Amino acid sequence: MTADKVIFLLCAALILGSALMVVLTRKLIHAALWLVSVLFGVAVLYALLQAGFLAVVQVVIYIGAIAVLFIFAVMLTRRELLDRGPQTRSNWWIAAILALLILGGLVFLILGQPEAGRSAAAIPATVDTLRNLGMALVSPSAYVLPFEVASVLLLAALVGAVYIAGIGKK
Amino acid sequence: MNFLNDPINFVASWLHGLLTGWRLPDGLATVIVYFIGIVVLVIFAMTLDIGLVWVERKVVARFQDRLGPNRIGPFGLIQPVADIIKLVIKEDITPAGADKIIYNIAPVLAAMSVIALWAILPLSSKIFGVDLNVAVLYLVAAGALGTLAIIMAGWSSNNKYALLGAFRMVANIVSYEIPMVVTLLIPVILADTMSVQGITQAQSGMWFAILSPLAAIIFLISAIAELGRSPFDLTEAESELTAGFNVEYSGMKFGWFYASELLHAFTYGGFMAVMFFGGYGGFFGLETIPGFHWLTNPFVEALVFIAKGMLGYWVIMWIKYSMPRIRIDHMLAFNWKFLTPLSLVVLVDTAVLSKLLSGLPAWEYVLGMFLSNVIIAVITVEILRGYGRKQRLAEERLPAQAVHN
Repeated sequence: MTADKVIFLLCAALILGSALMVVLTRKLIHAALWLVSVLFGVAVLYALLQAGFLAVVQVVIYIGAIAVLFIFAVMLTRRELLDRGPQTRSNWWIAAILALLILGGLVFLILGQPEAGRSAAAIPATVDTLRNLGMALVSPSAYVLPFEVASVLLLAALVGAVYIAGIGKK
Repeated sequence: MNFLNDPINFVASWLHGLLTGWRLPDGLATVIVYFIGIVVLVIFAMTLDIGLVWVERKVVARFQDRLGPNRIGPFGLIQPVADIIKLVIKEDITPAGADKIIYNIAPVLAAMSVIALWAILPLSSKIFGVDLNVAVLYLVAAGALGTLAIIMAGWSSNNKYALLGAFRMVANIVSYEIPMVVTLLIPVILADTMSVQGITQAQSGMWFAILSPLAAIIFLISAIAELGRSPFDLTEAESELTAGFNVEYSGMKFGWFYASELLHAFTYGGFMAVMFFGGYGGFFGLETIPGFHWLTNPFVEALVFIAKGMLGYWVIMWIKYSMPRIRIDHMLAFNWKFLTPLSLVVLVDTAVLSKLLSGLPAWEYVLGMFLSNVIIAVITVEILRGYGRKQRLAEERLPAQAVHN
């Protein structure tokens, strides 16, 4: 077993365990922090796949912005941070069957791929993945349109937020 | 390859040879060598941290016209050791109603977010943890973990002052992250890479602080805000919040927060040097002259880097101990209405000009970049002056009207 595999298994165990805790814990803040642990584990997976940019962006955006926002929203809006009621509904078994079906389908699809089970080939040192990603985002033959649409969407959200914050402040 | 030219790789390959000599598999030996490397790096950082406690106390004493620690050892040099012994043997108190696990993880995470930065800190061209191609973003990501540690500490303490301190700190960090990220893009544009080694080497002829002085200043300001040091230390505001997010911590758990704050300040001094002042190099071509080649020795470079980092740290301390704390609305307005627009203008200016001037001879390129920054600075000052004038006139008019009516 190589070091990569050991790290992958540890990381997968961390992700699965934390993901379970997100739904099992009764304290909302704990759920948010377990979610942070899941997101961090996913960042480590990206790093293992030699996608350093994705790994770092995962931490910056999901942990630095979104998880912090979650924690704030929970702390500022809920008076009681503890959930009491039952944690399952009567139709939980339907969800369980659906989840198992999706898992089975995904495993089937992945095993059908010729690359399944092989470890990733090392990226040659001459290839600058970051530069390639940057070029792809702005080149007309690749992803410039989705990239610009996303930018316009974010700009619209920004303008909307400023407008809503400005209402009633004359 | 010998010890003087490439110390880390020399020791690492020797250790690797030793371990494989003991019939350990190759992969396991590599993991062990890396692990030892990490431990050594952390120990080095934390040992430096002990020295920083002394430096900080001595420097603040000089700023406040005092002597500082001077009883234990020569110049009080052993004082930090005494401090640590005191912190370690103090009673460790967990407040009633605290969330125990989160309360105990928070100081570890705070220290971790700082030590994680040392993985990419280029002490010299041969002595560094790892040369990531996304190092600049990694710097921001580690800051995100620090934010999380502060929220965890503030919330789990079950203390309103701690929680308020955490809220303020997060408002502070989240807003000042924007000008910081924008100004970090400027060295990236100028060096055409995000790796800190690449950025350092791109400055061997000319520091980026000269090409873009405004970016260097904005980075310094937002770094101080990110550190939560005065004038942005609203999170501690002892007159309002007693001590802020770490009020409930005692003993070595408080020590971790304190130590990570000092190390963080020095680390940002180091990054200031990397991004704008040439890092371990930046001798303006002096090292290519025969007789000065020893400047590229890894140990000399590491010394230069630490000296530059200390200088940055000293500037941060200088500001900390001579500025009063600013009000929270002023802090946010200063960021959103001044620093963020200004940093965006500087970014656009740098991006456009560095392409336009790239064909020109070196001195014209440098002069053009520098002058464009000066022009932006003059325009900014003029706008600020006009705005201040308008406000002053409005204030003068108000009482006058009251008298007439």
